[in-house]
Amino acid sequence: MSSDTKKVLTGPIVDNNPIALQVLGICSALAVTSSMANALVMTLAVVFVTAFSNLFISIIRNQIPSSVRIIVQMAIIASLVIVVDQVLKAFSYQLSKELAVFVGLIITNCIVMGRAEAFAMKEKPGVSFLDGIGNGLGYGAILMAVAFIRELFGFGTLFNVEILPLVQNGGWYQGNGLLVLPFSSFFVIGLIIWAIRQWKPEQVEKD
Amino acid sequence: MSSNKETFGKTVGFVLAVCIVCALLVSFSAVQLKPLQQANKLLDQQTKILEASGLLEKAGNEIVKTYNQFVEARMIDLDSGDFVEGDVINFDERRNSRDVALSIKPKQDLAGINRRSNTAVVYFVKNEAGTIETIVLPIIGAGLWDLMSGYIGLEADLNTVKSVIYSDHKETPGLGAEVLNPRWKALWPGKKIYNDAGEVKARLVKGGAKADDLHGVDALSGATLTSNGVTNTLQFWFGEEGYASFIAKYRAEGVK
Repeated sequence: MSSDTKKVLTGPIVDNNPIALQVLGICSALAVTSSMANALVMTLAVVFVTAFSNLFISIIRNQIPSSVRIIVQMAIIASLVIVVDQVLKAFSYQLSKELAVFVGLIITNCIVMGRAEAFAMKEKPGVSFLDGIGNGLGYGAILMAVAFIRELFGFGTLFNVEILPLVQNGGWYQGNGLLVLPFSSFFVIGLIIWAIRQWKPEQVEKD
Repeated sequence: MSSNKETFGKTVGFVLAVCIVCALLVSFSAVQLKPLQQANKLLDQQTKILEASGLLEKAGNEIVKTYNQFVEARMIDLDSGDFVEGDVINFDERRNSRDVALSIKPKQDLAGINRRSNTAVVYFVKNEAGTIETIVLPIIGAGLWDLMSGYIGLEADLNTVKSVIYSDHKETPGLGAEVLNPRWKALWPGKKIYNDAGEVKARLVKGGAKADDLHGVDALSGATLTSNGVTNTLQFWFGEEGYASFIAKYRAEGVK
């Protein structure tokens, strides 16, 4: 793997993270991070959608009339999201019930559209595909980190395995009610962004 | 961008082509996966019914087999309480309730469901000897955020509760969503829906039910509105406009 392709694939995970640096796709990061299982499925779905929408859009990038390019991108992204939703319903009914509307809302996830417009419209299919995977993973890394904190301290479990026994189940741990609610992700994501920028000060925006 | 791809005809043609390809992809996946999705949905429903009748552990991985062996689904008319013919597999209470011809507006809409289907599907669960041990009745009613639907398993006297199992809800995790907590569900077995006078008395008690309370179960802490929703749902479904006529008729005549 040449260093360029590696950069495309792993860059978005820390150096150019779509959530932490580009601040895209926050809304879905709030909703699906109450449990790690949900976050993992959401990550896989977004990786799939960004990778293939980037691939298909890049393949036809020289044919897309620029006046309707956004619509064309949306049509492709929306179709992929419907396919993901259908597959989830067919193979993982329980999870699709829990994720419900949020899978459909991948369509409005700015990361997918942002990468299609900013990257796939200019670059070759192979590297666009990798960029899609990289950005999906970058999104997923933050999602999993947030879900880890929320599920562990909110519900006392990780992937539904009990780690801290809750008081209402006869244990000693009083679950943190704030972390159970979606908006607590704001705090967690904020803290993660702060931590990343402490580690990599070059990400701090200049006034 | 070269100018030749910006002509009107080319743009329209390109958009049409993209639409056709996308439409093919979507419809292909939808049609191909439909049988699997329906099987999943049915399996989910059957799992909940077995859970409500206490057979889930016994069933293990053989949900469908156990269900087919022990459970008989029958459609009833809620107003008269009679058994009627109908498609019990594809029955959908909420779909019926959107159809004016198939539903009524309850006079006292305690459960907050707006309209109620005229028919319902009830499940008779038999034991190995073929006698009915459990009757599972579907319930639906408003919680805090949205309708919550589930099943209530009753013993053959149609009064003693075996289980209250919610299958679909959008309540707050950690608060209202505790309707799924096994410890709360374990409070239900043995409670009575009706008192001796035939009034619906089953309810959730804020602050905790007394140990000798025949009808009351602890409310969910921090979830008063969800708890009220559960109480109202029971009040509605076991009242006049719910299963009352079916229960009266069934006690008198049994399964026909």
